Amino acid sequence: MSDMAIRIGAGDSPEQAAVGPRPRSHRAGTALTAQALVAPAAMLMLIILLGPLAGVLALSFTDYQLGAPSFSWIGLANYREMFADKVFWISLRNTLTYVVIVVPGSVALGLGIALLIQSGSSLRSWYRTIYFLPVMATLIAMAIVWEFMLHPQFGLINGLLRSFGMQGHSWLQDRNTALYSLCAIGIWQAVGFNMVLFLAGLVSIPKPLYDAAEIDGASGAWSRFRLVTWPMLGPVTAFVVVISSIRSFQVFDTVQVLTKGGPSKSSEVLIYTMYTEGFEFFRSGYGAALTVVFLVFVLALTLLKARLNRGVHYA
Amino acid sequence: MTRRLPVWTVTRHAVLIAGALVILMPFIWMISTASKPQTEIFSSHLHLIPEHFALWDNLRAAFAKADLWRFLLNGLIVTVSVFTLQLLVALPAAYALAKLRFLGRDTLFALVVFCILIPPQATAIPVFLLLHKLGLLDSYAALILPFSISVFGIFLMRQFFKTVPDDLIDAARMDGISEFGIVWRVMLPTAIPAVTAFGIFSVVAHWNDYFWPLIVLNSEYLRTPPLGVANFRNNEAGTDYGPLMAAAMVVIAPLVIAFLLAQRRFIEGITMTGIK
Amino acid sequence: MAAIELSAIRKSFDRTDVLKGIDLKIEPGEFISLVGPSGCGKSTLLRIIAGLETQTSGQVRIDGEAVDGVRPSARNLAMVFQSYALYPHLTVFDNIAVPLRMRRLSAAQRLPLLGRLIPSRHRTERGIREDVERVAALLEISPLLSRKPGQLSGGQRQRVAVGRAIVRQPKAFLFDEPLSNLDAKLRVHMRAEIAQLHRRLKTTFVYVTHDQAEAMTMSGRIAVMIDGHLVQVGKPADVYDNPRDIRVAEFVGSPKINVLPGMVRADRGVEALGRPLELSAAAAAGACRICVRPERIELGGGPFAGTVTHLENMGAEAFVHVGCDGMVIPLVARIDDPRRLPEIGAPIGFGFAADAVRAFDASGKRIETTPRLRVIQPREPALV
Repeated sequence: MSDMAIRIGAGDSPEQAAVGPRPRSHRAGTALTAQALVAPAAMLMLIILLGPLAGVLALSFTDYQLGAPSFSWIGLANYREMFADKVFWISLRNTLTYVVIVVPGSVALGLGIALLIQSGSSLRSWYRTIYFLPVMATLIAMAIVWEFMLHPQFGLINGLLRSFGMQGHSWLQDRNTALYSLCAIGIWQAVGFNMVLFLAGLVSIPKPLYDAAEIDGASGAWSRFRLVTWPMLGPVTAFVVVISSIRSFQVFDTVQVLTKGGPSKSSEVLIYTMYTEGFEFFRSGYGAALTVVFLVFVLALTLLKARLNRGVHYA
Repeated sequence: MTRRLPVWTVTRHAVLIAGALVILMPFIWMISTASKPQTEIFSSHLHLIPEHFALWDNLRAAFAKADLWRFLLNGLIVTVSVFTLQLLVALPAAYALAKLRFLGRDTLFALVVFCILIPPQATAIPVFLLLHKLGLLDSYAALILPFSISVFGIFLMRQFFKTVPDDLIDAARMDGISEFGIVWRVMLPTAIPAVTAFGIFSVVAHWNDYFWPLIVLNSEYLRTPPLGVANFRNNEAGTDYGPLMAAAMVVIAPLVIAFLLAQRRFIEGITMTGIK
Repeated sequence: MAAIELSAIRKSFDRTDVLKGIDLKIEPGEFISLVGPSGCGKSTLLRIIAGLETQTSGQVRIDGEAVDGVRPSARNLAMVFQSYALYPHLTVFDNIAVPLRMRRLSAAQRLPLLGRLIPSRHRTERGIREDVERVAALLEISPLLSRKPGQLSGGQRQRVAVGRAIVRQPKAFLFDEPLSNLDAKLRVHMRAEIAQLHRRLKTTFVYVTHDQAEAMTMSGRIAVMIDGHLVQVGKPADVYDNPRDIRVAEFVGSPKINVLPGMVRADRGVEALGRPLELSAAAAAGACRICVRPERIELGGGPFAGTVTHLENMGAEAFVHVGCDGMVIPLVARIDDPRRLPEIGAPIGFGFAADAVRAFDASGKRIETTPRLRVIQPREPALV
């Protein structure tokens, strides 16, 4: 189809000579216009996305450091160093822990809230708005609020615990709880997003299916859920799980501002390691290698999503 | 669904309200703290309603200690410029990809779809080096230019343009509108809902972005709201929670207010990341 | 008023040939319909005339001038689209004004906001307003001018689309199935309106439709296109009466023409369903098809016998379906008086006059037939 424009010259008929030089077909003009219309996008895509993507791969095989006068190709040395580095493994394990906690937490809660909201008709949009609020609020600002809520002495959480006669805790300063505190913030922030996706999925379930289920004898709420809601929501759920995973893999803001990966690397995550190596120590080559590892995980998840995407009705 | 037992209705509201309280707690705590004088903040006695209402003092202190107006203005400049550029680049490309036949169209579209998969952090190091080479670090350009193309925007608008009938475009051609004119005079006005959703998506993403400004900025006067509030906190760590919470309030206020005014559109716009 | 001349137009998409050499001369001021089953290439041909599509080869001339490579808007033709193609964000007034504004205002004057500051724009706008209002009055849509297309009914949108087409006084109008989105009743009404519009404007109308009834009732000439070929061009009655190809015979007329298996014998005599007809054919011996219009089938006697399988009583007329041996599809006969209908399942005899027969050879080409010399009853058409 795309070679339409090129074949235009092929149709010259004998009469044409008599009419004079054939005017440039406006269709050919359209093809040129089309290329002019996409040119800025194509160029920017190359400079800002595809080029850097190739660049990050290439960099990961060099020892380039920002400001260094020269660099050399060092093959897999960055990767060898990375795999030998304990921090990398800690960082990877922490990232995976974060994903494994936040994803099920935010998906299950999101589903539960969506089902609860949808099960009645009153105050629907109120609840939806409230639960969605954390998605909208600037995460950095809210992280700072969370930090104060988790303040060992004057924070709300410890205050509440104390009023129930329990021991307070230094949540973000303790290596045993820092990562889990970040997970809690992560879940708090992601629930509303997942809820809205589930609500969209619930709305798209055809009502007659419930009538049919009722006639077929599924009278209780649970049997209706088992027979209709859950199977119909299956693709949406898979989709939400993958999206949440991708988003969780990118966790950075809360770590950078609240714990800086600490204490003693207990909340070090991949993107944060990449950030410190690449932008604080300016070891671009090594940072690139970390990025490549991150990319492998995210692209694997994205490809998974692309496969699931076909099953989701509203996407 | 059919009528429910009142027991169920009560349970539903009870659970949802309890959950809503947890969700709202940081917001409530933030407003409460921002309204308390320092002595009340640093008391181990828990109370939400301040005994002395000090919100205005804390706000004044926040605006005095950090140039919050500047941060808000920077946020506005960056989000508006980013979105404008994204539209200028994406709309013509989306139109051509959806409605015109030209050499390389399918390849280009495949590339667009592929680029959607690239997470923003992945290209950070090379783009940073590029800006460094160009001497553009620590400038508005560094905040704006890397986001001048939104492949997701191209994809979204292209899908929308596909649904615009060909007849409408042909009619415009018969009426004498040029291809370039069709993009702005015909496609853009018919695509307003999609453009709005895309705009909300883009503005929210870049208002809230922390990673990129953190990397490319040094100067205080360029700081975007998240960076501004984070720096405020670093400077005032552990001392001045009232103004800090007031500053956090100021930073989240524009989007939260806009969201409350047009929640349906916002939810639509934001969840589009789900498709992304 | 423009003459449009198409010579040897070919068009292929990828490797499929959509138009296989079309020659057609459209006279100035005439109303011609391009008609054919969907996929025959008629819309592509119209779009080539409009300049929205470029032919692979061949030439389009408007008033004697080759227009290949001329932009659609520069050809000064107007087009009415099937989906009306109104700009959804503009009012009816602005929709109609678009072609005028694009022509009469400079690029600077068309700029949003800024353009209004240019002094001469005001004067031009006044002229545009007058023209739009004149057209609106003509089409009786003046009260709708400030509405958006979304607030209009199908018929009203149709009129606005026509208004946008006539406002700039084009050399010719191109219609691309403009009535197919309307309901049946409105369609019949709009047919009359478009025909009247043609009589009033006296401009060239090129009308594409897949509905043969539309083509037959509105146009001065119809051009039947089948499978990328222009099979027959002529006055509606001629095409109906004298189809030169069996595909034309089958396409034009409703209900469809009856096709009976037949053959041309070695002595040039013609048979249908194995029975000799009082006809001789100017063709070589072999299988052929004998076609008879439903209104020419005479029921209640004749050499053929069948069974009534179905009745369609339309009130003013009725159609009787007769199944008979040797035919897969039942034969359809029209009865003018529905009060005298046969019973379903009853055996029935039928026949037809010799001059009702249109015969086609195995490849679908028309075979000329002449009544045999032995005519027994010169006054009554002989029942065969």
